[in-house]
Amino acid sequence: MSSSEAPVIYGRDLRVQYGDSEILHGLNFEVRPRETMVILGGSGSGKSTLLRTMVGLEKPTSGSVWVNGRNLATASASEMDEVRKKIGLSFQGGALIGSMTVGENVALPLREHTNLEESTIEVMVRIKLQQVGLIKFEHFMPSQLSGGMKKRAAVARAMAMDPEILFFDEPSAGLDPVVAAGIDQLILNLKQALAVTIVVVTHELASAFLIADRIIVLDDGHIIAAVTPDELKKSTHPRIQQFLNRVADTEAGDDVDHLQLFAE
Amino acid sequence: MELLLNIGAATERGLAYIGGLVQLLGRAAAHAFVSPLKRSLSFQRASHQAMAVGVSAIPVISFITFFIGVIMALQAAYELKRFGAIQLVANMVAISITRELGPLVTGIVVIGRSGSAFAAEIGTMKVTEELDAIETMALPPVAFLVTPKLVAMLVMMPCLTIWADLMGVVGGSVFGMIGASYTFGTYLAATRDALLMRDIVTGLVKSMVFGFVITGVGCLEGFSTGAGSEQVGRSTTSAVVTSIFLVVFVDLVFTAIFYMTSGT
Repeated sequence: MSSSEAPVIYGRDLRVQYGDSEILHGLNFEVRPRETMVILGGSGSGKSTLLRTMVGLEKPTSGSVWVNGRNLATASASEMDEVRKKIGLSFQGGALIGSMTVGENVALPLREHTNLEESTIEVMVRIKLQQVGLIKFEHFMPSQLSGGMKKRAAVARAMAMDPEILFFDEPSAGLDPVVAAGIDQLILNLKQALAVTIVVVTHELASAFLIADRIIVLDDGHIIAAVTPDELKKSTHPRIQQFLNRVADTEAGDDVDHLQLFAE
Repeated sequence: MELLLNIGAATERGLAYIGGLVQLLGRAAAHAFVSPLKRSLSFQRASHQAMAVGVSAIPVISFITFFIGVIMALQAAYELKRFGAIQLVANMVAISITRELGPLVTGIVVIGRSGSAFAAEIGTMKVTEELDAIETMALPPVAFLVTPKLVAMLVMMPCLTIWADLMGVVGGSVFGMIGASYTFGTYLAATRDALLMRDIVTGLVKSMVFGFVITGVGCLEGFSTGAGSEQVGRSTTSAVVTSIFLVVFVDLVFTAIFYMTSGT
């Protein structure tokens, strides 16, 4: 990884708003080629919104977000689809299509977007499932899989088109520590084997420190740090210290604000 | 004054809903001709839907329209007997089934089976992020989900309606044979003489319009599902209630148009 290369993803004064409330308050960031960037933050920090914006599921209200040289804020539907064919997103709950088997889920983008022979697609599906350790489950329905397996299958589907950028939404959320560690290891393996850019959104500190080359810390829609894991550990920023040391918010005012937000 | 404001607001909501419906159906129909997806796979999805919407509905539609045929014959005979015109029972059944009850009952059964299923399927996909997953795989959700349903519906509704017409006539013939000295052959002959091609075509045109309405409402309700599984239930209920209302309303409009243009 060299920092002289142009970033694959970058945001410039990126703002995103739901209704009247602004979630991301003018973010500037960049993700360099082949690095693993972890976006770390608590609930409601805007990290999921940032991820959704980077894959074009949310439109910026102002500012820009560039992925593979295209500004998603102004991209047309067909330009967006061109960008999307080169990225893969593994959703928090897997989001496998329930009416298709695991194998069909992985094959879906290949069948729709390539002209490969059916036999070639079958081989590719097996390779992807092999990489995530699900080769025996090709013909299972998503509902028959455990939470961890669903996430692995989602990773296989995200990798189907050999994307240049892989996104992970909360890869270890809701999993027991052993399975979660397995997913972290999977990400590390992919990083070594594929040399792709990886963006992971998580609130799990241990996982972030293990897999990240750099970490962006989001707090209430602001980036408060964009540093390496070692630098993050040494940070004296009070919010980061609070996050690292798992200290609860003492200001009752924060909670009241949140409640009011939900009541509206 | 407040009443007027409420009426105004309700009208605006109603028009916005119809606008959304037309837009969704327009896009789905356009994708049927110029699809961003592979044609062979779209055809597969459409035929899969046609099985679910049409073929699986045959048993229940057969029974219901058969019974309605018998009921219509009994009702008609009750009045016709007083005029000594019980032989006209075949005409009464034939015309009311083909012009009105065949398409309407088919429509209502299809709403219950498929309109609700469309809303529940798409609603669940929204809640589990499957819709987002489809979008990030560069598969437009309308082309992927709505177009196959619309095509299946437009093909199957007229087919089911013809079958329903037939079963209704068979139901009427049961009464005809028991209560009105017909044989099966003479009843069918009387039915054939009573019907004009126009009666049947009227019913089939209605059934296709119902197909548009049921697909549009089911899918629109599915897409507008909020967060949480409870919302899927709300969408499904709303899809059924709105579809039934719109189908009966469209039926009224078409029946009125056919009446005014029939010249009798």
